[in-house]
Amino acid sequence: MSFEAVIGLEIHIQLNTQTKTFCSCSTSFGDKPNSHTCPVCLGLPGALPVFNEQALNKGIMAGLALKCEVAEFSIFARKNYFYPDLPKSYQISQYESPLNKGGYVLINDDEGKKRKVGITRAHLEEDAGKLIHDENPKGPSFVDFNRCGVPLLEIVTEPDIRTPDEAYRFLQAIKEMMQYTEVSECNMEKGELRVDVNISMRNFGDQGFGVKQEIKNMNSFANVKRALEYEVKRQTKILRSGQKLIQQTRLFDVSKSATVPMRMKEEAHDYRYFPDPDLVPVTLTHDQIERIQNSLPELPQNKRERLKKQYNLTDYDVEVLCSSHKLANYFEAAANGYKSPKKIANWILSELIRVLNERRIEIDDCKVTPTKLRDLFDLMDSKVISGKIAKAVFDDMVESGQSASEIVEKKGLKQVTDRAEIVKVIVETIEENEKVVRDYRDGKKKVFGFLVGKVMQKTHGKASPKLVNEILREKLES
Amino acid sequence: MGLNECTLVELTEKLRIGEITTSDIIRDIESAITQDEGNKYPLNAYTSFDIESIEKEIKSQNKKEDTLLKGVPIAIKDIINVMDTPTTCGSGILKDYISPYDATAIKNLRKNGGVPAGKLNMDEFAMGSSNENSYFGVVRNPHDRKKIPGGSSGGAAAAVSANLAVAALASDTGGSIRQPASMCGIFGIKPTYGRVSRFGLIAYASSFDQIGPITNTVMDGAILLDAVSGYDPKDSTSANEKVPCFRDFVGKGLGGLRIGIPEEYFGEGLNSEVRDIVERGIKILSEANASVKRIALKYTRYAIACYYIIATAEASSNLARFDGIRYGTRFVDTEDLETLYRENRNIGFGDEVKRRILLGTFALSSGYYDAYYLKAQRARTLIREDFKEAFREVDIIVTPVSPIAAWDIGELIDDPLQMYLSDVYTVPVNLAGLPAASVPCGKTKDRLPVGVQLIADHFNEADIFRVARIIEEGEKGAE
Repeated sequence: MSFEAVIGLEIHIQLNTQTKTFCSCSTSFGDKPNSHTCPVCLGLPGALPVFNEQALNKGIMAGLALKCEVAEFSIFARKNYFYPDLPKSYQISQYESPLNKGGYVLINDDEGKKRKVGITRAHLEEDAGKLIHDENPKGPSFVDFNRCGVPLLEIVTEPDIRTPDEAYRFLQAIKEMMQYTEVSECNMEKGELRVDVNISMRNFGDQGFGVKQEIKNMNSFANVKRALEYEVKRQTKILRSGQKLIQQTRLFDVSKSATVPMRMKEEAHDYRYFPDPDLVPVTLTHDQIERIQNSLPELPQNKRERLKKQYNLTDYDVEVLCSSHKLANYFEAAANGYKSPKKIANWILSELIRVLNERRIEIDDCKVTPTKLRDLFDLMDSKVISGKIAKAVFDDMVESGQSASEIVEKKGLKQVTDRAEIVKVIVETIEENEKVVRDYRDGKKKVFGFLVGKVMQKTHGKASPKLVNEILREKLES
Repeated sequence: MGLNECTLVELTEKLRIGEITTSDIIRDIESAITQDEGNKYPLNAYTSFDIESIEKEIKSQNKKEDTLLKGVPIAIKDIINVMDTPTTCGSGILKDYISPYDATAIKNLRKNGGVPAGKLNMDEFAMGSSNENSYFGVVRNPHDRKKIPGGSSGGAAAAVSANLAVAALASDTGGSIRQPASMCGIFGIKPTYGRVSRFGLIAYASSFDQIGPITNTVMDGAILLDAVSGYDPKDSTSANEKVPCFRDFVGKGLGGLRIGIPEEYFGEGLNSEVRDIVERGIKILSEANASVKRIALKYTRYAIACYYIIATAEASSNLARFDGIRYGTRFVDTEDLETLYRENRNIGFGDEVKRRILLGTFALSSGYYDAYYLKAQRARTLIREDFKEAFREVDIIVTPVSPIAAWDIGELIDDPLQMYLSDVYTVPVNLAGLPAASVPCGKTKDRLPVGVQLIADHFNEADIFRVARIIEEGEKGAE
């Protein structure tokens, strides 16, 4: 008997607004604990929430990107539960009337075929604070309310995902979309994107659902995939042996690369949702929604197809370039009007990505702007420098922020195209390498490269490789 | 006559011409309080009256502009946040709480020259109709100290009535301004929901709560309401409506005004003496050229059930934040989180608060939500429609405030249902979000005051002030 997995995700995304959902405190991350708080987000007696319009607009933008129906009427509800990171003892969320519902995201399945993953809903809510526990388990716990009240979009999918790889690709797609629409940076290290998964197994071909397991505590997409892979194996094994699963909440343990049951009291939660009487319903006009629809930027899927066609790129090129809208935009800015965009793409995919990784910087922080990169290409094209020198110049540009021509000028890297000068060096080289030259003339043609290398070495790489080849061959054959 | 016995009109005039200062008024209030404390049964109207902090308030008052209130001290029900002063809600759980901010109503009050002076006793978290549910003890009725002053703003009504305050700001969720005003023989108005910002008013039931004045005269009520009303962007439920100058309507004639008398408010359970007094009020109005018409408010009988479901549901959530973790009193020393929650709230809250939290929690529970909360919301809509219909035909609806005059302290404390039922005439107004006032209209043979309730359509407080002044004059004439 073969089983298939049925997977659904719940994704929390922090919207990158300036201020919190219901007060004017800053959403800035990593500051001194409790430095961004006020009576409203601390839930002091008598304080009241006022909904942030920027959060609404970003919520709508995200909903439209997820192909959801944006509700012209939605309401905030209170989700009641006690926890020290929740100062009002209820979270303002949306329950019966969410902002967005009924969307979908297209992903590739494991065979590379397009497949729709349904979005049940994408609603707005506020984040909770953060508990900081003392290293000593007997020690005190502290609460930082800086995060409390930061706007979240909770995306709930239909149970449409079938494999851990699909889940990974789906998450990648969601992240790209949220970044493209500038709704969130989705930096998981900063907690801007959090994922919980539900997974059950059923006999292949069945329509019903098995007993589901909820898995929490995965801090990267790779770990989501690992957790799911582990669960597929674990659940399959249990089912194969004829045993039954019990519904559970499990935690992913990175050190074991396994899921473990979460220790908690098994009690049914009753959140006693009801409409928040402190807030008025969110009403939107058709025009308002349409305005945001019109301002929706090009989404990853479309961008990939367009770039591929317009610039004659490969699937691999656009896959990597469009994984970040910033990288894709960088490419377009640099390639715009250039005769061979593929060369620019290659440079970005090798050299640029290399320096970004080496320096652990974002493309925004890279000192080589698209215009500056184009200058570098112009120098190569006009033979002022060789491709090899260009790489060194590029590294220098990244470091100093200077233009390619400035660096070439300053360091005297101009390609030597003076025939007489190159001839002089070649004659020297031939004299110094009598044995090798003899080998060559005896038919060992492959030593040619070695001699070219010697010439380049003597000219510190500045000699035009084309001329060196030409002249060297001439001299050796003569 | 002490300055504590003067009206706002008299005091603002004396302050304007420089005859007196705010401190003079405070001195007279303080001596009245001290004198009352010497009584065998002190009124116990204040939770705090701290001279030092009041002096600070006086120093920082708005003297730059010519203001409406010119430095008159206003006592504040202890459910409204006043910066740097205790704000206890009459609860043990907040007995040590000092508010770090001003409610918008207090900001408006200061801007208009009012000086917050003293915090007034109340039923814990405004839950009660007798002011017997306070951590700080019962408040007594100045007209008969063995009687309750009404609730939940019992401290405000008793203080104003006994001249221990010249005027007070209070709050009304199901009658908490009108009922004690009626029982203590003074004026009190609950404005339209949304008229006064709720920002900084500690929530009991958010969709009902509204701040309003309790004063000795109708004119004083209009002045104080003028001082605190207005749209507040910090309160999403605040109304962006133009605020008329209410004091301009005090003393205007009633020519052509249509009065409605709903039969449902004069049925079984209404004490006959109270009925007579209210009917006398109606007579005053008809003599002042108002037309009087019988009307029907047929869903009135659902009001109490509806109110006690929705209000307690909201309360169960509103009061969840009081856990003693971030602020408020922590009564237990434990390492177990659940014990901390359970014990803090068990010790910190009084019986009535616990009863309402339980009621509300139940009404919102899964499996019961539809049958209680949702059904009550539907009933609320019907009650609202009822009034809407009525206000097509009349301008002011006149009813009793409470079916009985002030009862004995302790009389109903063990019979919560009977206590709830005494709110029957006041809660429909809150369910519909309408403005309504209580105006003194006479006394029972036991010399207990009885007020008459005047209800107007949304944002039509102006007509209430017109009518209230006529009753006030007529009633004085009768005395």
